[in-house]
Amino acid sequence: MMTRYSFGGDEHLVVEVDEAMSLRAFLAALSICNAIRDSQIQGVTEICPSNASFQLRFDPDLIAAEDLLAEVKKIEASLSNREQALGTRVLEIPVFYDDPWTREVMARFSDRRQDPEMTDLEYVAHINGLSGPVDYVARHSGSPWMVTMVGFGAGSPFMFQMVEQDQQLQVPKYVRPRTDTPKQCVSQGGCFTGIYPVRGAGGYQMLGVTPLPIYDPTQTTSYLQEFMILFRPGDIVRMRPIGRNEYDDLAEQVKTGDFQLRQTPASFSLDDFERDIKAFNQQMLEAIDGH
Amino acid sequence: MDIEVIKPGLLTTIQDLGRPGYYHLGIPISGAMDRHALRAANLLVGNDEGDAALEAVFTGPELTFTDHRIIAVTGADLPPKVDGESRPTWAAFEVEPGQTLSFGFLKRGARAYIAISGGFEVPLLLGSRSTYVHGQFGGLDGRPLKSGDRLPAGARKRQSGSRLRVADEMRRTMPADVVLRVLPGLYNHRLTPVAEQRFYDDTWAVAPDADRVGYRFRGGSPLEFKAREQPFGAGADPSNIVDACYPYGSIQVPAGTEPIVLHRDAVSGGGYFTLGTVIAADMDLIGQLQPHQKIRFAPVDMPTALAARRHEADRLDRLRRGYG
Repeated sequence: MMTRYSFGGDEHLVVEVDEAMSLRAFLAALSICNAIRDSQIQGVTEICPSNASFQLRFDPDLIAAEDLLAEVKKIEASLSNREQALGTRVLEIPVFYDDPWTREVMARFSDRRQDPEMTDLEYVAHINGLSGPVDYVARHSGSPWMVTMVGFGAGSPFMFQMVEQDQQLQVPKYVRPRTDTPKQCVSQGGCFTGIYPVRGAGGYQMLGVTPLPIYDPTQTTSYLQEFMILFRPGDIVRMRPIGRNEYDDLAEQVKTGDFQLRQTPASFSLDDFERDIKAFNQQMLEAIDGH
Repeated sequence: MDIEVIKPGLLTTIQDLGRPGYYHLGIPISGAMDRHALRAANLLVGNDEGDAALEAVFTGPELTFTDHRIIAVTGADLPPKVDGESRPTWAAFEVEPGQTLSFGFLKRGARAYIAISGGFEVPLLLGSRSTYVHGQFGGLDGRPLKSGDRLPAGARKRQSGSRLRVADEMRRTMPADVVLRVLPGLYNHRLTPVAEQRFYDDTWAVAPDADRVGYRFRGGSPLEFKAREQPFGAGADPSNIVDACYPYGSIQVPAGTEPIVLHRDAVSGGGYFTLGTVIAADMDLIGQLQPHQKIRFAPVDMPTALAARRHEADRLDRLRRGYG
């Protein structure tokens, strides 16, 4: 990994921890962001962690660009040999894979897809050398994902699969972006899984929908009353496949305010994870099963 | 007292100076595209400079008032009328109960700011009244105005004359040759030196789909990238990177063809390479560019960006001294 710094105009400093995506790069970026927040550098107004990089917004009337750069480099150097660990939580997202609403949207955008003869799920299974949607869903929901960035749209997560690099599901985006996507659509583009917070344009392959809002500006959803956005960088997410009946039940529970989000605190250590990925993931999935 | 929307105009939203602090969650700053014009309009009517006003794109709304208000229209040259009678732009004028404010045809620029004494008092959301249409929140129910809306107006804060006007040198006028100054950087190392030079030599035209998220440009040469094996997670196209945060004003060029400058409603991140960032001092100007307007991008260094920033701050200070 080779850290690269660049100013984004007179108000941003962009720091690329690594060109390639990895949990190691993400955790390094997140820990520098946390240390910058703790050090309360005067003039830094926003800190945005993003996958394998991060971005600071600053006020050049309060801190000179070169002074900010020196401060950030100092913080980075002080952290370089530190263990990559974080206190986080595991949460469960129920997913109705291959649902009728994404199929309907898919049909309207056949001309923008790699293979209009297949559904998105059939296509992503095919491109990953799997026998079909059942296998893909098993792989997608069989290991946890880590939220490595929140953004693009309001509250939209980028989730990175917690498996060895050669085991990662990877898919191309649509040939041309759609102008419509169902609300709360669970999707994949490149190595990332995303969830669309609202209905709208998008380019990720569509896998299914979750009955859970992940963004609620009215703050009436039971678990979004404190803040309108569900995900935070570092969250560990388990996808749980559900069918139509459970989808309807859960959607109704969300509506009546009776829904309880399944989540539990967890600590993540990159060393523990890399030592035995299967065992670590098993532990994460069991933790959430107890809740 | 409420103001009735008779006609909404093409795309009219409530905006103030925006909601900084939530970009790390994908919520952009929003707020007026042309912040200087918003401030000037507010100062003219005796408001605080960051109060909520209307931002009208290309065409103006038609509004009927139920009480006496001071009005100012700044930014684009969109001629205001009270009960059909012309009023000046960049100057304060009055409306009486029952009178209607309407607008003639746009002469110059793209976005007019309509401030009223007391401001528009929609609820504050995360510290701002700005409308963020893509997030469906802020402003009036998270959407542009429509006919029949009633806009809540606040209580008048201080006396202000009804004969105030902003001196010509403190208005932004559209220069004959528009040049957007850019600090090169970010992922510009992905380009061949020839392609980067050509980007700055070419003349570009504003595309019709330029909006608050970003201004798209057409007409220049496609960019060429240095060959590389794409890093893990970046995607196959040479214009792709591992998804990262985008600075406001950053210039992305999807597939190397049409540059997009992200603006106040920016998507906070994504997987396209960026080649530099329009300096903060030139962001207001972008909000006044009409479709098909020709522009050039000019590379500048950090001291130049900071000098331009000071120049803008001085202009604002003079405005405040005169009208605050």
